[in-house]
Amino acid sequence: MSESRSRRNFLKSAAALGAAVPAGVAAQSKPAPHADHDKQHAQHMRAAAASARPYMFLSQAEVAFLDAAVSHLIPKDELGPGAKEAGVTYFIDQQLFGGYGTMAKKYTQGPWPEGTPQQGYQSPLTPAAVYRAGIRDTNEYCKKTYSKTFDALTRAQQDEVLKGLDGGKIELEQVRSQFFFNMLLNNTVEGFFADPVYGGNRDKAGWKLVGFPGVAAVYTPFIEKHNVPYKAQPVSIADITGKVAQVDEHGHPIHVMLDDNGHPLSSRAQRGTS
Amino acid sequence: MATKLKPVDVVTVGVGLTGTILAKELADTGLKVVGIERGRWRDTDPDFAMPGAHDELKYVIHKELMQDLSKETITFRNAMNETALPMRQLGSFLPGEGVGGAAVHWGGLTWRFLPWDFETKSRTLARYGAKQVAEECTLQDWGVTYDELEPHFNRFEYLYGVSGKAGNLQGKIIPGGNPFEGSRSKEYPNPPLKTAYSSTLFKQAVEKMGYKPFPVPTAANSRAYKNEYGATINACVYCGYCQFFACEMGAKASPQTAVLPVLMKNPNFELRTLCNVVKINLDSEKKRAVSVTYVDSRGREFEQPADLVLLTSYVFNNVRLMLLSGIGKPYDPAANSGVVGRNYAYQTNGNVTAFFEDKVFNQFMGAGALSMMIDDLDGDNFDHTGLGFIGGGWIGAASSGARPIDFHPVPPGTPRWGGEWKKAMARYYNRAFGITTHGACQSYRGNYFDLDPTYRDAYGLPLLRMTFDFRQNEYKMSDYITKKAAEIAKAAGASRMNVNPRTGKYSIVPYQSTHNTGGAIMGADPTTSAVNRFLQSWDVHNVFAIGASAFPQNGGYNPTGTVGALTFHALEAIKTKYLKQPGPLA
Repeated sequence: MSESRSRRNFLKSAAALGAAVPAGVAAQSKPAPHADHDKQHAQHMRAAAASARPYMFLSQAEVAFLDAAVSHLIPKDELGPGAKEAGVTYFIDQQLFGGYGTMAKKYTQGPWPEGTPQQGYQSPLTPAAVYRAGIRDTNEYCKKTYSKTFDALTRAQQDEVLKGLDGGKIELEQVRSQFFFNMLLNNTVEGFFADPVYGGNRDKAGWKLVGFPGVAAVYTPFIEKHNVPYKAQPVSIADITGKVAQVDEHGHPIHVMLDDNGHPLSSRAQRGTS
Repeated sequence: MATKLKPVDVVTVGVGLTGTILAKELADTGLKVVGIERGRWRDTDPDFAMPGAHDELKYVIHKELMQDLSKETITFRNAMNETALPMRQLGSFLPGEGVGGAAVHWGGLTWRFLPWDFETKSRTLARYGAKQVAEECTLQDWGVTYDELEPHFNRFEYLYGVSGKAGNLQGKIIPGGNPFEGSRSKEYPNPPLKTAYSSTLFKQAVEKMGYKPFPVPTAANSRAYKNEYGATINACVYCGYCQFFACEMGAKASPQTAVLPVLMKNPNFELRTLCNVVKINLDSEKKRAVSVTYVDSRGREFEQPADLVLLTSYVFNNVRLMLLSGIGKPYDPAANSGVVGRNYAYQTNGNVTAFFEDKVFNQFMGAGALSMMIDDLDGDNFDHTGLGFIGGGWIGAASSGARPIDFHPVPPGTPRWGGEWKKAMARYYNRAFGITTHGACQSYRGNYFDLDPTYRDAYGLPLLRMTFDFRQNEYKMSDYITKKAAEIAKAAGASRMNVNPRTGKYSIVPYQSTHNTGGAIMGADPTTSAVNRFLQSWDVHNVFAIGASAFPQNGGYNPTGTVGALTFHALEAIKTKYLKQPGPLA
């Protein structure tokens, strides 16, 4: 577990920084008894190096499914990128491979009766297993109904399927359809708005859409400027650790303020705002 | 086989808000105090440092600072005829884990309960008669009055540097404060925080309607402040990563900022982290605790003898340890007898989201408790004749940090996802704010804790079982005050609004409030309370159960100010009476 976790972290940070991953690095650092495993790791690493998005949990088919699904939940439009463009599928992959997907910090002992809605999550499946089962079952439904997997349907058909899952009209075999759909919807919103360090919210697309500045500055000088929009370039955690953003003595970023056209104000004007 | 350790004077089970204060004060008297904490050591630096402190996914969604349920949770059901199932993930409430407890991620609202709250039963009967109280309602007085607690409220407010404005100073009503509060002997140690735009609109609206707005008292300090222990709490910078988060500035008062810097230097105090107390061991007559048994992070079991055992965990573990250890008679709802587990209560919250077309609020700025409120409809501050309920709640507009995973409201009629949702969410993210109705919850015969018959924790011990649902009194109250909140939103100029009074069965899924109360309640009668007015067990005199577990029912306020006052109240009795002559104090 700790081995795969550190590998994941390595890949994740490599992906976040957009760095090339040298092939075989993982294999060199592994002890000898796991030679086969190491070989696999090395292959993974080469695949990772070739791809900007090294998926750790999802299969290619599942990536295709989610790319299609999340582009309906938060579509690309005249306001800007949607969930797919913001990297939400990759975010979900990273989540499912990590503590969220495996129900770390959750109570996992049985027995597992279904319970009432008020009693909440009572599935014996981890979120990772819910996705695996939910995607498989939805694709089975699509093949039966349309003779194609979900990602190959028309947008209108995809929309119909998602509404069927959301409303519970489509029944899945291994998980309740609404349970799967709500998990997907929640994770999509999370991936759209979480700090980009998790792989979603690419180019801060979610934050730019709503005008959220990300990592907060000291707002003491601004909190009583009422009914005045606060237009700043959003700042992510990596902007600070990578020294892209300037910080004050407590580590808060000094936000770069924007004019009405979204261009950075001059540094003189900057100082004037704070 | 447990290793038996050298005896000490005092053990605190839990090192959070109450445990740190008691440990500090008792260690100062020369007693040897051991604080045993199930979670890890956490401090402002490095644990809460920038920029990682501003990570909504980690802290709000994945609940980094809260209880690890893989080891221990509770089970829950709405009613006695259902099978309780484990709370597998956090939702409705968020207990803390680790040094500082939930006082690391709290919002900082620091109220005093009303004088009426401490005498709910007798004052309700006197004003309205028995007909006002629902049949199954197990309403009780606390056995302590507001006037007796007043100096202890002061101690706590001055320790945590609470920022606010007095509304009743030595009986004189002061403009700008809460005119309904009990008479206070001193002004707050710090002035209120600055005022957000949503608060200003709320204030203008409620003043037009004849209500009395005031800035809520908060432990996010409005200026750098040195408390009586010599610890410094910094000034809030309104970053908006406050409740659910730890404060990177050390500006939200907590054990880490207000007490631990001093306590950790006291050689009479020893902290043991990642150690889980599983039992309080009693003498053969079950009149006295002799030791506590705990398991450390390497799986080793220890027995720590102590003269005084202070239960200073969150509500759930105070009650659970009493049940697991045979301290006090377990409550039996069928017979309505026994005391431990009795009168579990909660908070009955509703809300209104107000949408505007021509205003922006920058609600991502703020502090957990940055808000303007009214108290006109709380407690018995208004005439309940003919209303069919007792109690009430505060109504307020909070700017507690509108981070977009958690806060992206859309007006009524908007789809849950898709293009139309995206447009509405983008339009209203900065053009909306919420008005909360934070209601009381009375106690009832069928709402209680006991030990679960099926599910167990990582040590093989039964989980605590919660049986709880709201009752008609709570639904009527929430409907009444949430309708008033909607009127306020309209008066503030909202173009549209979502109005959500508390309706339907209580669900453990959506976040509502970490204000769980009762189960080891205080009172004047040992047949209806687990602890006496000094929070001392009626049955085992050297065990005190400190915290909101002592509330006989829950008022319309955030509990922490009253928990702080009860802590100092118990402490005074321990210092001035119990240590001189150990034995029952009441």
